Amino acid sequence: MPDADLHALDQPAVRPVPQPTPAAPRPPTDTPLLHRRLPRFATLGMLAASLAVAILLGLTVWSLNPVALLLETAVLYGVAVFVTSSVVEGRRNAVDRLVTVVVTTFFLLALLPLVSVLIEVVGQGYQRFDLTFFTYSMRGVVGAGGGAYAAIVGTLIITALTTAVSVPIGILTAVYLVEYSKGGRLGKVLTFFVDVMTGIPSIVAGLFAVALFVLFLGPGARAGIIGSVALSVLMIPVVVRSTEEMLRLVPNELREASYALGVSRWRTITKVVLRTAVAGIVTGVTLAVARIIGETAPLLVTVGTTTSTNTNPFSGRMATLPVFSYYEYAQPGIPREPYLDRAWAAALTLIIIVMALNLIARLVSRIFAPKTGR
Amino acid sequence: MAKRIDVKDLDMYYGDFLAVKGVTMTIEPRAVTALIGPSGCGKSTFLRSLNRMHEVIPGAYVKGEVLVDDQNLYAPGVDPVGVRRRVGMVFQRPNPFPTMSIYDNVVAGVKLNSKRMKKSDMDDLVEASLKGANLWSEVKDRLAKPGSGLSGGQQQRLCIARTIAVKPDVVLMDEPCSALDPISTLAIEDLINDLKSEYTIVIVTHNMQQAARVSDMTGFFNLEATGQPGRLVEYDDTQKIFSNPGQKATEDYISGRFG
Repeated sequence: MPDADLHALDQPAVRPVPQPTPAAPRPPTDTPLLHRRLPRFATLGMLAASLAVAILLGLTVWSLNPVALLLETAVLYGVAVFVTSSVVEGRRNAVDRLVTVVVTTFFLLALLPLVSVLIEVVGQGYQRFDLTFFTYSMRGVVGAGGGAYAAIVGTLIITALTTAVSVPIGILTAVYLVEYSKGGRLGKVLTFFVDVMTGIPSIVAGLFAVALFVLFLGPGARAGIIGSVALSVLMIPVVVRSTEEMLRLVPNELREASYALGVSRWRTITKVVLRTAVAGIVTGVTLAVARIIGETAPLLVTVGTTTSTNTNPFSGRMATLPVFSYYEYAQPGIPREPYLDRAWAAALTLIIIVMALNLIARLVSRIFAPKTGR
Repeated sequence: MAKRIDVKDLDMYYGDFLAVKGVTMTIEPRAVTALIGPSGCGKSTFLRSLNRMHEVIPGAYVKGEVLVDDQNLYAPGVDPVGVRRRVGMVFQRPNPFPTMSIYDNVVAGVKLNSKRMKKSDMDDLVEASLKGANLWSEVKDRLAKPGSGLSGGQQQRLCIARTIAVKPDVVLMDEPCSALDPISTLAIEDLINDLKSEYTIVIVTHNMQQAARVSDMTGFFNLEATGQPGRLVEYDDTQKIFSNPGQKATEDYISGRFG
């Protein structure tokens, strides 16, 4: 009785009781293991049709914009595929297809602002993305011309200084939390304050740095280092958090293996724990740098800005890309265009710097990642 | 090289909880000592006390003495790092360092301690250790490949090679075969047999046949009752434990009447 055996599969797992009425024979295409599927061209066709209808709607009824187009296509396609699939494939497959449509739609929706920011910045920024922009400062420039050389140098110096301060403090704090505190009271207090620090508004960090340096330098002092201190307040908690997560991912077995070889604690931490986690730590540090490199408010109050190039972070105002961009946009001269072009070009430069940092971080973490392969 | 270990009246605690009580035993040099017993009876805890690895666990401490050649491991002023250089350990799950090649894994004990060593000496050490762990012929052509690419049994032998590369006096093994298939287990057991000419070996195992096969002496740990500390019930020649045990509990355990 092969037929009865097959049907036994989709019955609940109870003891086999003799069934008086044999189930009606099923058509051969609808056995428990074999289902009809929608052919690929059908789903693709429905997608194309939905898109076409959405474009038509956009052209005739309301305006054609990408968000509306995406949502209309998603709704139309979702309904179409759900209905046809329920008829052809059954309810479970229909729900599966519907959920796939919903998830993909929201993913694309999340992607939209990112892509449109990128397109906008590139589109507006490329006009002044020229050699002059990268080689000239704004000294004596009124109207067109000039460049962001001073701002680029200033941003790089201040960011490097901030990283140099924050990374050792952040990583060592994370090492303390994971390797030394062992759930002690100091560790808990530290974790709490790191969490609080993550939420500090950036202007508060800026004002804190100003207030701190007023004690040493007197009121009205402006210097790159003050900005670095303000940015460090923002960067340290991010580094601590990401490093902590990475260190906790290192299996305890590796620490024990190292201890069992007679390796001391600090060598185990530096050469096994940190070494194993370095790929993740580098990624975390890069994200932290990306987080602070675009900060404007704390730099406005601590570093100010200037038209000429200042490479000494310990004295005097410095130009930085975000502040440069802000002033070019907020206080343009007449005509406005050259100022706005410079603001966009500065924004584009900032994005490119962050992207380059990300690429470098990926490269570094690939080099240091735990090796696989035979 | 092999050293004799005298354990005198050792109690082990996790915080307030007394995990193992009153262990007194003498572990012979150049022999394999097996520790058997049901789960949670303190075999692994006791094993870890022999090279102070339990101190990695927060709150764990011991009372009593462990003498390795009449030197108390728990005397004030004894450096646990030094203890672990003399008493090596192989763990239940193979744990090669994932960032290192096979070669670097073997010399990890040397490199992590930043000891200076000539390249040729290091090559010799790698070859000798891998040969000692019966792994040389399988990996000699791919020493630069990552250690995590080996099979489980090979990884475990790599861990043994790594342990003997630092030339300890004693090798502790905490269920070294429990994650391995029978063929890899056989390879490790053969290896244990070879190693005992040079090292004192203490092995914890759940597999009584394995204890009978590889060990010269066997200690049986048991709980008196749930919630009670584990203790060493019987310690004798393996032959005697498995043929004519002195205690009823031992006989029940090895004959499979409980556990």
